[in-house]
Amino acid sequence: MVKQSKIVINNMNYYYRKKQVIFDLSLEIPRNEIMAVFGPANSGVTTFLRSLNRLCDLTPEGHMDGEILLDGESIYGHASNVTELRRRVGMVFEVPTPLPMSIFDNIAFGPRLNGKKSMKEITETVERALRQAALWDEVKDRLSISGMSLSGGQQQRLCIARVLALEPEVILLDRACSGLDPISTAKIEESLIQLKEQFTIVIAPHNIQQAVRICDRAVFMLMGHLIEEGTNVEVFSNPKDQRTSDYITGRFG
Amino acid sequence: MKKFKEQLSGRVFFALALSSISALALITVFIIANGAPLIADVGVVKFIFGMEWAPSRGEFGIFPMVIGSVTVTLGAAVIGVPIGVCCSVFLAEFAPKAMSTIFRPAIQLLAGIPSVVYGFWGLIFVVPAVRNLFGGPGLSILTGSIILGVMILPTVISISEVSILALPRQYKEGALALGMTHWQTIYAVMIPAAKSGIVAAVILGIGRAIGETMAVIMVLGNAVSVPESILDPVRTLTTNIGIEMGYASGEHQQALFATGIVLFVAIMILNSFAQYITRRK
Repeated sequence: MVKQSKIVINNMNYYYRKKQVIFDLSLEIPRNEIMAVFGPANSGVTTFLRSLNRLCDLTPEGHMDGEILLDGESIYGHASNVTELRRRVGMVFEVPTPLPMSIFDNIAFGPRLNGKKSMKEITETVERALRQAALWDEVKDRLSISGMSLSGGQQQRLCIARVLALEPEVILLDRACSGLDPISTAKIEESLIQLKEQFTIVIAPHNIQQAVRICDRAVFMLMGHLIEEGTNVEVFSNPKDQRTSDYITGRFG
Repeated sequence: MKKFKEQLSGRVFFALALSSISALALITVFIIANGAPLIADVGVVKFIFGMEWAPSRGEFGIFPMVIGSVTVTLGAAVIGVPIGVCCSVFLAEFAPKAMSTIFRPAIQLLAGIPSVVYGFWGLIFVVPAVRNLFGGPGLSILTGSIILGVMILPTVISISEVSILALPRQYKEGALALGMTHWQTIYAVMIPAAKSGIVAAVILGIGRAIGETMAVIMVLGNAVSVPESILDPVRTLTTNIGIEMGYASGEHQQALFATGIVLFVAIMILNSFAQYITRRK
């Protein structure tokens, strides 16, 4: 194999209390591609994404078995460090989550924690991240105002910039565009397509059109089961499974 | 008929609600009517900053008591605020569920202990302890501060904890997803975000400490003098009223009402400041 997969998931099961929400999921996520994971509500997409950076550890009733490997190393193994993992696997949520501080500090936060000390270095990182997230032109003159005072779409791009500033290896986006207007969405999608040169991106799209527009590979999940996985064309133009085709064409349920 | 009933019940509730407000109005009017003439007589500055309190000679300067109130209250804040804020962070963020369900009502119980019991406990237990450990008479600013520090804990803890728990879950997850540790998340994101609630908790706690009388009357020594160290006895504005009201008459009594005005204004300022901070978003 020329490219080793960035993330490999082997036989993952996830239980919430006694209820199983993900069933025997195995999947390889190739590096430097955008993978869309989609499915109706309650199909386990969010749980799946949250398990990739162990954010699901915050759910005390949750329990996982199986194996998730990042660059060949188990992220749930004893050797793995959760904090380190979350810096390598950044996440953007459905609801924008700017921290209660200025735009600049929101983004500078991660680099500072990572040990970047010089103001010049941090300023450069902040500018680059804001440019990559297509927000720089709108906020460059008011970096000191609170991140909370931006509009919803700007806040979400701020959150994306914040993740980018950490220089992670993988970016998870959980329906990150669902509250955004089409123009903001288009800007973000455009930058995601550029960003995959550097990162591996896993996105739970907020609708199928978005998945079709940006992803290289797609995964369809239903009720915790992986139904179909393949390239964009395979899944969306020529689905093998009847349920996938029903869902994509809107004939579902 | 039905409409009449509806209107009547509305009026009855309004009247009852009005009665609680009118109690406030009556007390305010009464204190001001009794105290204001003396303040006008002596002069605001001379009354508040006057060093001499000798009612028999007609000297009414409450500054030693102002110093007493301020030092004891600050002492209470120095002792109670760090403990209270840390405790609320612990309860909101670290405590296992089983533990917080025991801790929370236990802390509320602290608020239910009558203040005279605090004073009694202080007199029997804290006063000798301070005397033996640090010297001095034991009846001192330090002793009063310790007792008030404990008394303001329930206020500080419960209001700060509520303001931490009220934070959107996204702050915490967003911060953790950035690769921050739990502790970094708490001090860099959650405490700053809950800052206004915590500050309000502290101010309300301080307001409670300034107004407290019974607990401190027993442990402060009540000497009307400017203290030189935290081991010296002092008298606060509240204890001054509590001690002398029984036998005061004429101008002396008016001076005690005037002391009440000063307290009243101080607590009103603190409370409105707390309200302002909690409402500001």
